[in-house]
Amino acid sequence: MKLVFERSRKGAGTSYFPANDVEDRVLPEHLLRETPLRLPELSETQISRHYTKLASEVFGVNNGFYPLGSCTMKYNPRINEKIAALDGFRNIHPLQSDDTIQGALEVLSLAEKYFCEITGMDNMTFQPSAGAHGELTGVLLIKAYHHSRGDFGRTRIIVPDSAHGTNPATASMAGFTVVTIPSGKDGRVDIEALQAAAGDDVAGIMLTNPNTVGIFEKDILKITEIVHKAGGLAYYDGANLNAIMGIARPGDMNFDIVHLNLHKTFSTPHGGGGPGSGPVGCKEFLSRFLPGPVCVDEGGSYKTIMPAYSIGRVKSFYGNFLVVLRALAYVMTLGSDGIRTSCEQAVLNANYMKRRLEERFESAFAGHCMHEFVLTLAGLKKETGVSALDFAKALLDEKMHPPTMYFPLIVPEALMLEPTETESLQEMDRAVDVYMRLFELAHSDPEYFHTAPHTTSVKRPDEVLAAREPKLRYGFSE
Amino acid sequence: MGNYIPVTDAERERMKKTVGIADVSEFFAGIPEEVLLEGSLNIPEGVSELDVLRKFADISRKNVVFRSVFRGAGIYDRYIPAIVEYVTAKEEFVTAYTPYQPEISQGVLQSIFEYQTMICELTGMDVSNASVYDGATAAAEAVAMCRERNRNTVVLSEGLHPQVLEVIETYCFGSGMKIVKVPLKHGRTDTGLLSHMLDETVACVMIAQPNFLGQIEDAGVIGDMVHDAKVKFVMNCDPFSLAVLKTPAGYGADIAVGDGQSIGPAMSFGGPTFGYMACTSAMMRKLPGRIAGETVDTEGKRTFVLTLQAREQHIRREKASSNICSNQALCAMTAAVYLSSVGPEGLKTAALSSISKAHYLKNKINGLKGFESPECGEFFNEFVTHSPVEPHLLCDRLAKRGILGGLPLKGELEGYILWCTTEKNTREHMDELVEVLREVCGL
Repeated sequence: MKLVFERSRKGAGTSYFPANDVEDRVLPEHLLRETPLRLPELSETQISRHYTKLASEVFGVNNGFYPLGSCTMKYNPRINEKIAALDGFRNIHPLQSDDTIQGALEVLSLAEKYFCEITGMDNMTFQPSAGAHGELTGVLLIKAYHHSRGDFGRTRIIVPDSAHGTNPATASMAGFTVVTIPSGKDGRVDIEALQAAAGDDVAGIMLTNPNTVGIFEKDILKITEIVHKAGGLAYYDGANLNAIMGIARPGDMNFDIVHLNLHKTFSTPHGGGGPGSGPVGCKEFLSRFLPGPVCVDEGGSYKTIMPAYSIGRVKSFYGNFLVVLRALAYVMTLGSDGIRTSCEQAVLNANYMKRRLEERFESAFAGHCMHEFVLTLAGLKKETGVSALDFAKALLDEKMHPPTMYFPLIVPEALMLEPTETESLQEMDRAVDVYMRLFELAHSDPEYFHTAPHTTSVKRPDEVLAAREPKLRYGFSE
Repeated sequence: MGNYIPVTDAERERMKKTVGIADVSEFFAGIPEEVLLEGSLNIPEGVSELDVLRKFADISRKNVVFRSVFRGAGIYDRYIPAIVEYVTAKEEFVTAYTPYQPEISQGVLQSIFEYQTMICELTGMDVSNASVYDGATAAAEAVAMCRERNRNTVVLSEGLHPQVLEVIETYCFGSGMKIVKVPLKHGRTDTGLLSHMLDETVACVMIAQPNFLGQIEDAGVIGDMVHDAKVKFVMNCDPFSLAVLKTPAGYGADIAVGDGQSIGPAMSFGGPTFGYMACTSAMMRKLPGRIAGETVDTEGKRTFVLTLQAREQHIRREKASSNICSNQALCAMTAAVYLSSVGPEGLKTAALSSISKAHYLKNKINGLKGFESPECGEFFNEFVTHSPVEPHLLCDRLAKRGILGGLPLKGELEGYILWCTTEKNTREHMDELVEVLREVCGL
């Protein structure tokens, strides 16, 4: 497919701006660009067609089944897009005075109320723009809390080995050393290992629950107790909240801090990589450290204030406001009843697929799962040479998105499936049939997998070449 | 009431049978009883789509949408061609995940590659990533990129946006990097003071171009000074201004960052926008976040992939250069569509128009008694004036006439206002503003 630059023809552009209606002012020569600006020049027709072609080579939730484990690729309701496009939200400046942004502050205030209720927290900031950004915010809250007590010796953060890569990366960014603790055979936190790691140099633990293998940490109260007894704080990574929303709350598990992924659990679209939103909630004793400004409800009118001991801003203005708005619209549409029903259906869907697939495939962990589960293709690979990667690539020919591959790291040849509650039974059955058929095919024709995919516009890319000789921009004709 | 579950009651029973459960509560048996929620969440019951739309339409009307905007300070009221909104609302772009499977994601990957190229063109830098959260976090990430074993101090110009300074401070509270600030002199970074701050512990110097007060910094002098001290030079630039202003590469910057709101995304109450990050080839492997690259597939066909992933958190975990995972892809694509639509001439036209209008307005406002501007140098589309009336009071009066006045400044500049013009402000609107100012100040 041609690049937008390759479609460009000098002088082909459309003019969109009115002529300057005041005296032309030109800046002194030495302040001006010295190099030509090679942006594409295209007619509007060409722009429309170029991007329509690009869109035809993108696979979104609107295109089909998207069971990417850990990503909660549920349907993105279009009403939320319509609400986010309302003039009164889209065309307001963040530095307007509080009396002219009462609606926006009401949105943030309502969102804080509802998301705190869902998580069992007392206050929340909406500044973090993504899950990882929320993690950083949360871990900085932990740091600020210990420092405020004059305790500067807590330099370590505990992270289970099943954690997302963002957890250890976040702890490092915040200046902590990471202590990785192993998971037990059942995929859960090894309580003895945790006990051994918890000491007076521990600032806290970062935990996903249900964990990344889709299993609830049944000893969660014990886990948070061990950390608290050691003087640390417990941080809840909200990546998997879809599995328990309306059923149980991190706050009641004695977590002190929570981040949410509004682009996962609360249906806001992922946009090919973002924008997301990663609000951070905390218990009251940490509220004074939250990034500001935060919104305060003064009996029907709203104002913004900076918390007394704020760690400071983590982003300009109020975060990804239009994403928060979409998530709030979703919560209000679902209501308390719909939130719980959605959670239950997500878990039922995962268990249904797990059970059916177990007729052929090997699950990494036996028994009921929560909203997602992990298959291991280690056995299949040994027998047939077909790896998890090969299998995923073969799925690309079946008009469905492959599951998350090779995660969590503790499961060999992992494929992690999360169907979400918005998938139909027919589509899940079709997926199971496809997986079964491919399982058989792996035994009869493994070569088919090594060359998969076969029907996509491009075949497997040479990733080694991409990294060895990086070509990260168009080179024009030079 | 509303939910998005396609499974019917009858199907649900069938599924439960397959799994071998009588009730879904069995799935939650692993959750300790004392943790299970008693009753339901204290959130209203769900409502219909129409009700929710009405509710939010009502809330949206509690915000004031100004018909005439003279406030910028990081978020700009620019004209976005209609095609931009339509293209970026395509469901495939909106609902896709990060392009982990390149064979079915060429559209997203190519759009990132095109975006990266446009950022490199605007900034003159060699390499761009696929975007970060916003300009402030881009600045904070740039600081982290420059850190070296013995260079742990960052020198920041006070001409940076105050919120950019605050975000860098927050990130440095985490990383432990030390911050030193260079004050302004006549609205621009004080190069005399800066020259005394550059020792062997300094990792980088960052300035804004144009700076928060709209001033065009003497970046050539600063760049030379910084490089003579073997320190990295980071420029925080409004990408829109680069249609006409000398590029960060032209000033020898090692890293260029900034907020992309000015080239595509709507004001949106400040978010989502996106942060761009671009650097020299020498710093490429320190650049955080997703990067799209060109390669070939098994049949030799041009193919795009996410590349240099050995830098990233999902591979390196605690040794990663940053924890960033999700970025602002759709906003970056919005910029690419905007830039493709307006083209090089359109962007230049809008930039020149913004500059001309700012100069026109400054002269007009300075013609009013008590509104003189402090001594300063060349400026882009923002400028400062004193206000004879308390600035907030003045802006409240303007607001009643549907005009969003300039931003009342704080601190040393208390009593001053930062004004902004874009290609959207007509002569008629500017003349009206001046008349209203005359009126409310009793001049």
